[in-house]
Amino acid sequence: MAKITFIQPDGTQDVAEAELGMTVMEAAKQSDVAGIDAECGGSCACATCHVYVDAAWREKVGKAANMEEDMLDFAFDVREESRLSCQIRITLELDGLIVRVPAKQF
Amino acid sequence: MSSDSSADAPIETDVVIIGAGPVGLFAVFELGLVDAKCHVIDILPKVGGQCAELYPEKPIYDVPGLPVVTGQELTDRLMEQIKPFGAEMHLGEQLNSLRRGDDGRFYMGTDAGTQFIAKSVVIAAGGGSFTPKRPPLSGIEAFEGTSVHYAVRRMETLRGKDVMIVGGGDSALDWTLSLAPIANSLTLVHRRDEFRGAPHSVDQMRALVAAGKVRLLIGQMTGLQGDNGELQTVTVKTASGDEAVTCNALLPFFGLTMKLGPIADWGLNLHENLISVDTERFETNEKGIFAIGDINWYPGKLKLILSGFHEAALMAQAAAKIVNPDKKVTFQYTTSSSSLQKKLGVK
Ligand SMILES: Cc1cc2nc3c(=O)[nH]c(=O)nc-3n(C[C@H](O)[C@H](O)[C@H](O)COP(=O)(O)OP(=O)(O)OC[C@H]3O[C@@H](n4cnc5c(N)ncnc54)[C@H](O)[C@@H]3O)c2cc1C
Ligand code: FES
Repeated sequence: MAKITFIQPDGTQDVAEAELGMTVMEAAKQSDVAGIDAECGGSCACATCHVYVDAAWREKVGKAANMEEDMLDFAFDVREESRLSCQIRITLELDGLIVRVPAKQF
Repeated sequence: MSSDSSADAPIETDVVIIGAGPVGLFAVFELGLVDAKCHVIDILPKVGGQCAELYPEKPIYDVPGLPVVTGQELTDRLMEQIKPFGAEMHLGEQLNSLRRGDDGRFYMGTDAGTQFIAKSVVIAAGGGSFTPKRPPLSGIEAFEGTSVHYAVRRMETLRGKDVMIVGGGDSALDWTLSLAPIANSLTLVHRRDEFRGAPHSVDQMRALVAAGKVRLLIGQMTGLQGDNGELQTVTVKTASGDEAVTCNALLPFFGLTMKLGPIADWGLNLHENLISVDTERFETNEKGIFAIGDINWYPGKLKLILSGFHEAALMAQAAAKIVNPDKKVTFQYTTSSSSLQKKLGVK
């Protein structure tokens, strides 16, 4: 299991217990984290699972692949630390991961 | 297979299918086998619904008999499968109105003015109409239709305007190329200096930028300023800070999302934005109006293509009795029935 913390725009935190191998989006959905819409169910086809990866975790999480970068064009307020949470697979290394939920999904 | 949509006289047919997604397309097949003639309407300019619009190149692994098939391949195969029935497709039109006439038939109209009269209606509308995504900028609604446009119906209305186009795909690029010659100024805004559009269009856009005809701004919109529905400036956040760009015509291209749309107004029983149906006929609370595929709800519903196909088969049996009340529907296999094979054009 791995712990993933989601920080909402108002500062409140949700902690999700996730199984290894799940995606961060699935962890959010399973724990009813607000603000992760995930309309396409994790197919990298909607960009409504956008999150900002905490600075301390960016290196471990890594960069978006090309297809994900393309999809990020459809997200709002995209930043350096933007990722689509359905494209981040949870490994032991990511236990403790902190991501921020954007104020708005498109 | 497209038609003259602006025909004045209503089109009379057996069944109107709303939605050309995989389930609407397969409904043509099942209805064809029971001798019901169909017209299909979709707001998208192409058939295939979610499969063609959202994931044309992604693999689907759970369509029985096809170990792997992409969204577009499945769409193409369905089109081939329904070809014998010659259903007419009305694409790029949204079905807006649906009411029952005194004669018991259904009267329908699209936003393009096409009218239909049918004995039965099949709603295969998936997650609803595909509509352009609205950037979540505060106050944008006030400018929509006047200064903010999600589609361009007549280019002339943008002549002499200070146009801003936002996005990095083909729509953004195509409109940049088309509008640059007639706009007073044209700014293309994209979040990164890489474009998803066709390489040829990217080259043409870059040439316009080099010639000073188009301004390319790498950044993102953060705010809109103006009053009385007239946009004056758009704030764009760039690497070197915020800039207020003069703009009185904004064209944001951020893809499509599905919205239930006019279906909510047709007096049908809904369950959380889905149409409630029974599981024998997949009929709504209005006799003669069926709902199949992602748009319907019943206990145990799964939003799967294969479930939609099953629903289409059962619906067709029920619809057949409405379309041809005097004809007995006998259950037959396509493998062995010569009459079905004749309809399919294989005998
Ligand atoms: C990324 C992704 C991956 C998927 N993977 C699978 C999978 O592996 N297996 C699987 O079984 N399913 C999968 N699905 C789900 C599958 O695509 C849907 O179940 C299927 O598309 C539903 O088909 P449909 O015909 O009911 O509706 P849709 O495909 O949603 O089509 C409905 C059409 O109706 C149109 N429409 C709606 N209202 C109107 C109106 N008023 N006027 C005109 N047109 C209208 C819409 O524009 C749309 O084109 C996936 C979905 C997504 C997004
Ligand atoms: S859930 Fe749709 S892109 Fe991640």
